[in-house]
Amino acid sequence: MDNHTAYIEMVGITKTFGKVIANHDINLQVEKGEIHALLGENGAGKSTLMNMLSGIYTPDSGEIYLEGKKVSFNSPKDSIDAGIGMVHQHFKVIEVMTAAENVLLGQKGGILFKKEEKKKIAEISERYHLQVELDKVVNDMSVGEKQNLEILKVLYRGEKILILDEPTAVLTPQETEKLFQIMRRMKENGCAVLFISHKMNEVMEITDRVTVLRKGTTIKTLNTKETNPQELTELMVGHKMDLSIERVEQERGDLALKVSDLTVVANDGHQKLKNVAFELYFGEILGVAGIAGSGQKELCEAIAGLQEVKSGEIMFKGENLAKLTPRKIIELGIHMSFVPEDRLGMGLVAGMDMVDNLLLKKYQKQKGLFLDKKPAIEQAQKITDELEIVTPGISNYPVKNLSGGNIQKVLLGRELDLSPEVLVTAYPVRGLDINTCHKIYDLLNESKKDMVAVLFINEDLDVLIDLCDRIMVLSNGEVIDVVDAHNITKEEIGLMMLGKRVKGGDSVVSNN
Amino acid sequence: MDWWIGFLSAAVVAGTPLLFASLGGILSERVGNQNLGIEGMMLMGAVSGFIVAVKTSSPILAMLAAALAGLAGAFIYGVLAITFRTNQVVSGLTLTMFGTGLASFLGKPYVSMMTPQAIKSFFASRPIPILGDIPFIGPIFFKQDIFIYFGYALVIVLGFYIYKTRQGLNMRAVGQNPAAADAASINVTLYKYVHVLLGGALCGLGGAYLSLVYVPSWQENITAGLGWIAVALIIFATWNPYKAVFGSYLFGGLTILGFRLQGAGIHINQYLVDMTPYVVTILVLILVSQGHSVKNAPPKSLGLPYFREER
Amino acid sequence: MVIRLFQIIKRSEITTLKKTINMLIAIFLALVTVAIFLAILGYNPLSVYASMLDGAFGSNYRIKQTIVNTIPLVITSLGILIAFKMKFWNIGAEGQILIGGFCGGYFAYNFAYWPKPILLLVMLIAGFIGGGLWGLLAGYLKTRWHASEAITTLMMNYIALKWIVYLQFGPWKDPNAFGYPTMSRFAENAIFPKLFGVHIGWIIALVLVVAVHIFMTRTKKGFEIAVIGESENTGRYAGINIKRTMLLAIFLSGALCGLSGIIQASAVNNILSSTLANGLGYTAIITTWLAHLNAPLTLVVCFLFAVLTQGGSFIQTAMGIPSSVATVLQAMILFFVLGSELFNNYKIVRKNKQQKEVK
Repeated sequence: MDNHTAYIEMVGITKTFGKVIANHDINLQVEKGEIHALLGENGAGKSTLMNMLSGIYTPDSGEIYLEGKKVSFNSPKDSIDAGIGMVHQHFKVIEVMTAAENVLLGQKGGILFKKEEKKKIAEISERYHLQVELDKVVNDMSVGEKQNLEILKVLYRGEKILILDEPTAVLTPQETEKLFQIMRRMKENGCAVLFISHKMNEVMEITDRVTVLRKGTTIKTLNTKETNPQELTELMVGHKMDLSIERVEQERGDLALKVSDLTVVANDGHQKLKNVAFELYFGEILGVAGIAGSGQKELCEAIAGLQEVKSGEIMFKGENLAKLTPRKIIELGIHMSFVPEDRLGMGLVAGMDMVDNLLLKKYQKQKGLFLDKKPAIEQAQKITDELEIVTPGISNYPVKNLSGGNIQKVLLGRELDLSPEVLVTAYPVRGLDINTCHKIYDLLNESKKDMVAVLFINEDLDVLIDLCDRIMVLSNGEVIDVVDAHNITKEEIGLMMLGKRVKGGDSVVSNN
Repeated sequence: MDWWIGFLSAAVVAGTPLLFASLGGILSERVGNQNLGIEGMMLMGAVSGFIVAVKTSSPILAMLAAALAGLAGAFIYGVLAITFRTNQVVSGLTLTMFGTGLASFLGKPYVSMMTPQAIKSFFASRPIPILGDIPFIGPIFFKQDIFIYFGYALVIVLGFYIYKTRQGLNMRAVGQNPAAADAASINVTLYKYVHVLLGGALCGLGGAYLSLVYVPSWQENITAGLGWIAVALIIFATWNPYKAVFGSYLFGGLTILGFRLQGAGIHINQYLVDMTPYVVTILVLILVSQGHSVKNAPPKSLGLPYFREER
Repeated sequence: MVIRLFQIIKRSEITTLKKTINMLIAIFLALVTVAIFLAILGYNPLSVYASMLDGAFGSNYRIKQTIVNTIPLVITSLGILIAFKMKFWNIGAEGQILIGGFCGGYFAYNFAYWPKPILLLVMLIAGFIGGGLWGLLAGYLKTRWHASEAITTLMMNYIALKWIVYLQFGPWKDPNAFGYPTMSRFAENAIFPKLFGVHIGWIIALVLVVAVHIFMTRTKKGFEIAVIGESENTGRYAGINIKRTMLLAIFLSGALCGLSGIIQASAVNNILSSTLANGLGYTAIITTWLAHLNAPLTLVVCFLFAVLTQGGSFIQTAMGIPSSVATVLQAMILFFVLGSELFNNYKIVRKNKQQKEVK
């Protein structure tokens, strides 16, 4: 390797945000015509590193070389000019514009459209089998289409290096397979593809080499063929770890929630939920699978009383939740925790400290006009100890300054501490490291043992299959089926997420 | 009929400061920067234009001075709201306070002074051949002063720019989603500054129309709240320069309605009629706020600062 | 390739002391900037500033005037504070002051024969409720139809102003003013008494500072208002009745502004006129923001601004410099303080030199 110059070389990269060291002395080499995985837990610094390669962040120190030449990226423009394109986890597209307009963003030239350009865009999307309708407004696109559009943007600019940040997180298994084909085609054309992931099986399937990151540092680069998932896991987590998730097998209890004919219409007139019907029992975990935006959010909000229901019932102990105020629903013992993409959008008040955030669900039971902070302070101490929350203080320290994992612990800890009867939790492990994920799965299992009825919405199908008793699949606001998690495969769920009913599935369980 | 022609052509005149100011506001808001300093920038433009007019008797220099003054005001706002990421509402209001104070301070020696004759004759009505002879339309739109014709041209240029050019596309992208625009190699800060500053210049010109042509003399607080109507007009026009023309002349008409009705011998209380533009603004705002159409929605990043390394 | 020498990066928390120092530096820089501006215009900035201080503190009378200037600013700022805490951009204090003055004035003009304590109390209540309802209207438009409150409150300022002008030129015109469009002076019965040489508004202002502070930091409603301000979604999620809480806060906000209006009309102007608010509502927005939406701090900031206003009107008579220099100075201070807040959250660093070289 002495005389060899790598296509991309990042040397000694360090980046800090305030007190947080996101990257420390990271080294990375990528070759032409390879698919190179960056493997690491959430928070290991993968995205930060790639954001520096794409010019969004500027490193505090360290150097980047392209084909042996030192480069310095002060803006995404510099990086794009150097031939690097990135598809971000949260797509960077303009929702109100058409696909073609999005492709042309930032391009040189005066007049908006010329015929040849549209033709060129169409050609490229054909060559790579990217399914994008050029005149469709992004708003109306599915997640998969948006991702194709992002890739099309990169290809149109003729970039030679493609960075994909957790591209499969939002895709069905089938869509993932299509994406892999596109990646292979790019590789054949001599491009370098950087693939960020924390999913072992995908890394094993598609990549040539893997670089493992842990806690902001480079651990090792290996040839994919010469390693195995066990080794990679150990490198990634830092110690031997059993990644399997335990399912508590127990008899479920009585009927908790009975949802029937639930229909929700959004402000723009779109039906977000269509005649949704299902049952949730005490002492079980019912998983919800579906492509992002299939109605998960509306379902959570309808149960919590935050979403206006057009028709249908949500029965709990003889009361129809659809007709109650959020306050009344909380009093009944139904608690919802929804972790949105930005983590703070719902449930926590970003600018307030932990005590005030805990107070949020307590103060209404207090008598009189004035606030009593004492119980919240005690609870804050208790939760901090029990869930090992790392914080400089429970008062006068806004929760938005905590790390993502700690924020979620506060959120979930608060809901669980209220000893709910029904717990609705959406994406509770979003962006967490593996240890914390498992802690949260344990918490859910604990609740189940305490005969809490748990509705668990998650993106990761493997987790749903391992942890839940039953899985309900939503597609486009409709319940496709409710299946037994014990004998269903990821691929079958994937098909259902696309709206296809799987024959011979255990759809009978839904009628129990 | 004559009353109508008279009223409508006066409405175009009264609407012209609004047109310039609302076009300026549209430019600024299209890149995500709500600037409540329009009133202040108009006053800065009005006073600078007037002083230069008195000192030089040159209409071109006066307009240039007004544009530069508005631009300077927008620059203060830009540094705060774009580079320093301050709250846009407060920064804009402060700019209005600043502009009001400054105009009152600088204009003190000029109070009640008239605009020089050379300026007045430059901005006298100049009918456009042929177009000016069209019945009804002609006298309303094409027997006006140069400043007004400049306004027409501006609308066409801006409309073309925003909807038909790459730069216009980029600018809209910045206002919708600066992070996405940034990732597409658009220089977000540059785009924001250019449009906020141009917007300020247009507001300055709008103010100058008052002191140079409409009034035409210097009075304390000459804008009398027109800047705030312009802020509302931006919403009324749903950030579209073509609709801004219609809105400006409509509101221009409303502001002079009370006075005109008196003249026509219709006895409705002038002060109550003077409320109509404000009441109508509120009604229109309610109507616009009801729409769920994506096309008419405000730029998504409106009011939010952008910091690339935020996380 | 563009080479940037400096870079703005996020910094970790800084202490209150440092924040205060930043603010003082900003105020100092604002004073320097205006001084340069004055010097360019041929004035001696030091003597202008000295003269302003003299105007604000030079005699017993002037100190009292400064306090009189502080009172309406404080009460109005407190009103704005409540709305801003909820991120309801109430730009309508100006109109709420006028309507408060109008509602209180109605009793002052029509029921001057009532016993003084009762009349004054009714006037206060009327001003309070009037301003509150005027604010509530904008709140209703917001909660019912999502109409942007910044615009509606602004428009309502002008509607209120035109209304008062209408009264002044029409139905409430003083028939004994020789045709001059003015309303008549308040009867002695309708004028607030003085205590220690300053009208009792100062007591009301101090009581309100304490009351608003307790309300915002210690009560459940205050907590709810703060939660809604941070995130409406979270508020709904926690079971807060958003609409009701919003409307209550907006009512209180407008009510305090209205209260300030009637106190000013009665105790200071002794008359209702269209110049009652005269920019006070806008200045109060700025003082509220400078005080970081903190009630006790409002008192300090408003006093500082009153000093500038009082000093400004003094130099107009003493030195012939337009009093608007005070407005310019106030705006300049806010510009600099706003700018300085960047340094509370971010720091600017010089880029590492080696990094810029391109091989």
